[in-house]
Amino acid sequence: MEEKEKREGLLSDYRILDLTDHKGVYCGKVLADLGADVIKVEKPGGDATRNIGPFYKDISDPERSLYWWAYNTSKRGITLNIETADGKEIFQRLVKTADVVVESSPRGYMDSLGLGYPALSEINPSIIMTSISPFGQTGPYKNWKADDLVGWAMAGQAYVTGDDDRPPCQISFPHCYLVTGCHAASATLAAIYYRELSGEGQRVDVSMQESVLWTTLVLVQFWDMMKLNLFRAGSRRSMGTALFRLAFPCKDGHVGFLIAGGQLASISMPPLIKWMAEEKMLGAFEDKKDWGPKDWTQKVDAMALTQEIVDAWEDSIIKFFANKTKAEIYEKAREEGMIIYPVSTTKDLAENAQLKDRDFYVEVEHPELGKAITYLGSPYKMTVAPWRISRRAPQIGEHNQEIYEVELGLSKDEMRLLKEAGVI
Amino acid sequence: MAKKRIFEGLKIADFTWLGAGPIAVKFMANMGATVIHIESYTRPDICRVSPPYKDWKPGINRSAFFAIFNDSKYGITLNLRMPQAQKVARKIINEWADVVADAHLPGIMEKFGLDKETLRKDKPELIHIATALQGKTGPYSTMPGHGMVGVSLGGLTQITGWPDRDPTVPFGALTDFLTFPHMITALIAALIYKRKTGKGQYIELSQLECSAQFLAPPIMDYMINGRVLGRLGNSSAYAAPHGVYRCKGEGEKWCAIAVSSDDEWRNFCHVIGNPEWTRDPEFATFMGRKEKENELNGFVEEWTINYTPQEVMRKMQKAGVPAGVVASGEDLVADPQLNHRRTHVVLEHPEIGPHFYQAPPYRFSKTPHKLTMPAPCLGQHNEYVLKDILGMSDDEIADLVVAGALE
Repeated sequence: MEEKEKREGLLSDYRILDLTDHKGVYCGKVLADLGADVIKVEKPGGDATRNIGPFYKDISDPERSLYWWAYNTSKRGITLNIETADGKEIFQRLVKTADVVVESSPRGYMDSLGLGYPALSEINPSIIMTSISPFGQTGPYKNWKADDLVGWAMAGQAYVTGDDDRPPCQISFPHCYLVTGCHAASATLAAIYYRELSGEGQRVDVSMQESVLWTTLVLVQFWDMMKLNLFRAGSRRSMGTALFRLAFPCKDGHVGFLIAGGQLASISMPPLIKWMAEEKMLGAFEDKKDWGPKDWTQKVDAMALTQEIVDAWEDSIIKFFANKTKAEIYEKAREEGMIIYPVSTTKDLAENAQLKDRDFYVEVEHPELGKAITYLGSPYKMTVAPWRISRRAPQIGEHNQEIYEVELGLSKDEMRLLKEAGVI
Repeated sequence: MAKKRIFEGLKIADFTWLGAGPIAVKFMANMGATVIHIESYTRPDICRVSPPYKDWKPGINRSAFFAIFNDSKYGITLNLRMPQAQKVARKIINEWADVVADAHLPGIMEKFGLDKETLRKDKPELIHIATALQGKTGPYSTMPGHGMVGVSLGGLTQITGWPDRDPTVPFGALTDFLTFPHMITALIAALIYKRKTGKGQYIELSQLECSAQFLAPPIMDYMINGRVLGRLGNSSAYAAPHGVYRCKGEGEKWCAIAVSSDDEWRNFCHVIGNPEWTRDPEFATFMGRKEKENELNGFVEEWTINYTPQEVMRKMQKAGVPAGVVASGEDLVADPQLNHRRTHVVLEHPEIGPHFYQAPPYRFSKTPHKLTMPAPCLGQHNEYVLKDILGMSDDEIADLVVAGALE
């Protein structure tokens, strides 16, 4: 079967050369699962992303990284040392038939090899080059380094995350560069769309700091409009209001819920109070003090509530949830239309009934293991030419022969020499 | 001559609300698409009635929460419960739009006669893109929700915080913000495909399924190895020191530092003046530093506390060690990098006045984005859209007003 037929999808006309490390790995996956022919170009010996755990059956091996597996689906893989003269020459030949080069190297590195955008566009005038970097290709921090935690801090997330008596905190599986990769995929597609109209390629410059800033809405605006720095307060949050709790302990974990006010409270509070009344556990909601809303379907102004009131209500809800499981509360919420959700563990997500009903998880063949492995499925359901994982992630140099010999026409002897010279 | 933008000429009818949908469409508008954002007085976007409000004064046109998700769009009001309003919506779609976006629970668009089957039967080349917290199908899809609890359902709350403490909730409607770039990706892929084949399609996104993509390895780790990911504070499997350290100054002054190679470790030690403890052989290796991480973090903070976050960041970065200030909202406004790249864009809003909007996180060398106008006040462009875009007469519009269809 032709490679293109194997990949049939929305983007099967396009070839992407993916030079990224972990900083850009998700970009190529997004495009590959939509059908693009994404060729992962690794240095001989394999990309360092292969060293990121966890590992299949806990065996630390570059061919068993679940991180590598998850984020390199549907790609083909070759090894190439683009720092050698021969490697550079081969890369230039690949660029001639490619539509996009995606890279996440330190700024200036590709230029130093003579493979920057100006050089590549001379080889292929319609080439699109997408560069993913910590702070973008311009500006005073353009040459600075950042891992996920540094990006999390500099985009404002750390300031608002964590307990107030400990340092600001990250998410234990960081996703700053992953979400940047997703933005890079959409920007690359926009550039492809433009090229279809105009014939012109261009440079796309994606900043991790700015990508993460698009997850910290509306910190800038709270300062701009109210001169207020929102701050971290564990599982509670102030939005220029009293502190409101967003996670409530229950019998076997926590549930996500927010009393808020306004429309949100009018949806969830009447059925919740009814449920509490049925079990004679109204607590503070029974109190006839004049601060209690007489009718929760009237919009309650969250900005007018004092901390004392909010705490009293929340304490009553915590007492009420104490002998109920996440699943019990979630089922009741579903029946009554309350906005209460379980605080899911990774186990809960693996077993989630809604995800199962939507056939979210998919099986992907791993011929080298002689079995199929369960992967996460599509982020989008599409009626035409849908998303699919066309193959598991490539092993080191798995498609060297296919690409170098069959496509570029290198001979066995040339392949051997290049291998011995450490080029492929 | 002004540079061309990518999606000039593309027309989007935007029925979305809250976070993910409006932002995705806003990005398309910044890249050149013309957008009509359809709302109603009878059921205003919750973001319109949530802070931050200019000068703390609430008002339906005074929230930046709504504004920054909806710049560069025309805004109209239609009470879609009324047949007359539904007719206008159908006119926008059938006679004008290339794309319809919606972010309602299953059943709502159907109630308005704007279900995907009808829309695509009338106009097969239409691209209809829809999102909901748990998608449009399945037993839990009809539950109301929003991203501030979506972040818990999505598994992010559980793994944020300290191993000896309860989970802490990540900021904001995070699942929305992890969804919208997927939404833009799917939409543009469909547009590219339509250019080649003429075919439209229906695209549906579950915010839970989009945010789960960012937990794929730990979910597979559970499925394969039976391990459930817990809370790790700020520790990392590949770096030490790796943390957020208190710095000099009043209030919350912190700097993140991440040292993930021997070179970075040597440079780090040099920056802090190679104190006695750094020569302890137990700290010479990564394994040793991981082993004594708590002690290590204490030593690091003994140094950082003498400098401001800015000083720590600059000293470290100058030596090639990744470090960054823990930025507050105020710090983000002043950030030299963001300002150099014009990330914050000031637009003059009719009721709020000049205030900050935000540019997409990428730059195109030939087709720069543009934030063309502030977010619309509720119903601000009713007349322009009905008359100039749809070509309706004054009488027809008057009839709609009298009937209450524009509320």
